Amino acid sequence: MAKEKKGVRLEHISKIYQDPKTHKDFYAVHDTSLEIEPGSFVTLLGPSGCGKTTTLRMIAGFESPDEGEIYLGGEPINALTPNKRDTAMVFQSYALLPHYNIFDNVAYGLKLRKMDKDTIRTKVLDILKLVGLEGMEARMTNQLSGGQQQRVALARALVLEPGVLLFDEPLSNLDAKLRVSMRTEIRRIQQEAGITAIYVTHDQSEAMALSDKIIIMEKGVVSQMGSPQEIYYHPKNEFVADFIGDANFLKGKMLRHEGGDGIVAINGTEVRVATADNVADGAETTVVLRPESTVLGDQGYFPVKVIVSSFMGAYQLYHVMLGDTKLIIHEYNPKGKKIYAMGETAYINFEPGNAHCI
Amino acid sequence: MATAQGAALDRKKLMADPIMVTTIVVLITFLTLFILYPLAILLIDSLYGDGNGLSLSVFKRVLAMPTFTRAIGNTLKIGFVVGILSTLIGLLFAYVEVYVRMNRFAGGLFKLVSMLPVVSPPFVLSLSMIMLFGRSGLITRFLLGIYDNNVYGYWGIVIVQTLTFFPVCYMMLKGLLKNIDPSLEEAARDMGASRWKVFTDVTFPLMLPGLGNAFLVTFIESIADFANPMIIGGSYDTLATTIYLQITGAMDKVGAAAMAVVLLCITLAMFAVQKYYLESKTAATLTGKASRARMLIEDKSVTVPLTILCSLGALFVIVMYICVPIGALFPTWGYKFTPLTFKWFGQVFSKYKGLKAFRDSFVLSLIASPITALLSMIISYLVVKRKFKAKGFIEAVSMLAMAVPGTVLGVGYIRGFSGGLFRTGFLQGLYGTGAILIIVFVVRSLPTGTRSGISALRQIDKSIEESAYDMGADSFKVFMTVTLPLIKDSFLSGLVTAFVRSITAISAIILLVTPSYLLITVQINEFAEKGAFSIACAFATILILITYGSVLLMNLVMKFFGTSRKIKED
Repeated sequence: MAKEKKGVRLEHISKIYQDPKTHKDFYAVHDTSLEIEPGSFVTLLGPSGCGKTTTLRMIAGFESPDEGEIYLGGEPINALTPNKRDTAMVFQSYALLPHYNIFDNVAYGLKLRKMDKDTIRTKVLDILKLVGLEGMEARMTNQLSGGQQQRVALARALVLEPGVLLFDEPLSNLDAKLRVSMRTEIRRIQQEAGITAIYVTHDQSEAMALSDKIIIMEKGVVSQMGSPQEIYYHPKNEFVADFIGDANFLKGKMLRHEGGDGIVAINGTEVRVATADNVADGAETTVVLRPESTVLGDQGYFPVKVIVSSFMGAYQLYHVMLGDTKLIIHEYNPKGKKIYAMGETAYINFEPGNAHCI
Repeated sequence: MATAQGAALDRKKLMADPIMVTTIVVLITFLTLFILYPLAILLIDSLYGDGNGLSLSVFKRVLAMPTFTRAIGNTLKIGFVVGILSTLIGLLFAYVEVYVRMNRFAGGLFKLVSMLPVVSPPFVLSLSMIMLFGRSGLITRFLLGIYDNNVYGYWGIVIVQTLTFFPVCYMMLKGLLKNIDPSLEEAARDMGASRWKVFTDVTFPLMLPGLGNAFLVTFIESIADFANPMIIGGSYDTLATTIYLQITGAMDKVGAAAMAVVLLCITLAMFAVQKYYLESKTAATLTGKASRARMLIEDKSVTVPLTILCSLGALFVIVMYICVPIGALFPTWGYKFTPLTFKWFGQVFSKYKGLKAFRDSFVLSLIASPITALLSMIISYLVVKRKFKAKGFIEAVSMLAMAVPGTVLGVGYIRGFSGGLFRTGFLQGLYGTGAILIIVFVVRSLPTGTRSGISALRQIDKSIEESAYDMGADSFKVFMTVTLPLIKDSFLSGLVTAFVRSITAISAIILLVTPSYLLITVQINEFAEKGAFSIACAFATILILITYGSVLLMNLVMKFFGTSRKIKED
């Protein structure tokens, strides 16, 4: 549907803000370089204040970068005002024009492009059909539910067939159930339309479900870029590991490498870790373990004390203490497995392939 | 750090928007020429006015005048007393309205009281004060048999100004009280505090900055007031009247300029305290929105006395206002009360060129009000929604106009434009025309309009306009298709407020009006000074009808064409 899928490239982009209280300058975004492939769905993920929204707003043109250049489809766009950029944004608050009905909201951008009435009508009705709002075009925006307003916001952006579609936390005002169904919807529509999308969120499960590529930002810089799988299974640092899903961190020392695996000493016990090429022999290291790939048994690497044991339905949740370190364990499909009660001692086990060193 | 690129890009984006740039340039020119320049020329005049180069000799000269130093003392004293009284009465009314269960009748009285000062010319209460309590006053002479009551002077001004300004305090404090979260007070009550203790320990401390704010706003209004001291002050002169007399009586324009600078310094200082200290404090203590409706006080031992007290007060104010139209119907005020007659109304038109006065006032105000409304919306839009370098200047100057008393502005225009810009003859043609009167009207109403525009615009989520911008609309298009439709109500009421303020304005205008224009307020002032109260009342009555009519018209228009009710339901 898009006239032309466009890629986005950020070259050494920085944005400096002044702290309103201390009047000191600080980098909201610092020396960030990104390459976003045409047609891909990329998520900027991070906690609030990490610079993800600022980055998005610089691409849209609402903020001007203090350093660096932004390219859209190979053209530098730093000096272009938002209305001259081939981008369309879906806002967190939807930002529908409250004095227009649905049809006029969606038609607004097309009218500005001076299209003739019939073309506008066809395009608007087509796009409303695509987002599942057929027959609602005469309603006012406040007669719609949050999810429906979100669809209008999406339709309004899509109908312009922009080179890049920008999403600024579009689902954060919806309730949990609706959020899940809307994100599937957004992914479907993006793929049908074959459009480049950049999506800002602080919700990691949203990022995982939607993206071809996730860019994790922290304090204005990119921490890690990669596919959801790469980021989940091979987080580069504790921040990324902790931000994406739950993670347990075990401090230890790399003893040696054996047949591709690393042997790490934790609390005097040698454990085998599959991904360990990044750490040299003799170096301090941290082993990352996902809660669902850690199991409790009567034998294993080390003994731990169970401090919380709750049945969650799909899994048994344990909090266990290994010395001073608290670990979280999700024992999936607990029916028929041995359940440890609070206060009992158990042993931790994991497959080498499920652990990695950072 | 390299913020230069970002700033340069922002500038470039702004320049890509010619309508926006033109608007900003025109605005800056207007503000500089008609607000900053007249004030600057006053300062220049008073520092160089005696022809000996830079010196303080003019200030020394005026400060040596006992009339002037007395006027300073008088003005401050009145401002202080009126400020305190208005704030206290305003607080009482606001508290009763927000906290006490009232019957419909009292509620109606309250509403009327808050509205009357808005639609009335500024000196109406002085007229009725004289007619009710003066030497031949209806109440003093005929009801009480007092033949030598003197309302002119200090107490006359204090009473009249308090009655005129307390409704403003009432409206301000009402807004504040409504913003106090009831659960705070309920918590104190729950911990065992009595109702009075809750007021002194919770409500009052929370309101303190707001009370200070109300006091200072009234203080500024009081010392800037020209019309009331003029009519009811008698020989008790305030700064505004002294400056006026210095120009019209003593023909000492340079001296008047120096006096105006003194008055301006006082109001500016007060304004600075109010704006930068108290306003931020008020906002800091009262950020919470009321989460639930408040449990109203229903205890009869509290509600009955308070309601009666306030209703009596309100009734008194209303009687004062009604006195004016009735006064215009008596054959001779103070001597002959029957039969009621329309002869004064007839004389307004037959003898005193009433038609021309109303036409001039009406037409000039009608031209000024859309300009004011549009200008204040544009300023608010720029201030709230856009960022550019000159924004601080535009905001500061348009707010500055709020602190400039009309008399000061009037003197500034005389000095600034009668000989052209810097007495070069450039723009001299403006002086004495209707255009300069319109400009004064615009400048005088601009701050109020801008303030309400800013608060209306702050309600609109920034991303709504950004979304339109993002979809391809330029700033002008965004303003016309999104911003303006969303603040239509505020625009309409700004239009009417500007009209009402213009048609009832006097302080600056009286110094600038030339014989080719007759303005109603100036006429009323003239007749009141001459003691021709019946004619003054007849003029004032017609004026009130016009202003009240325009407010009613606005409400009608808003009902049918205002922001769609569908939007508001949200």
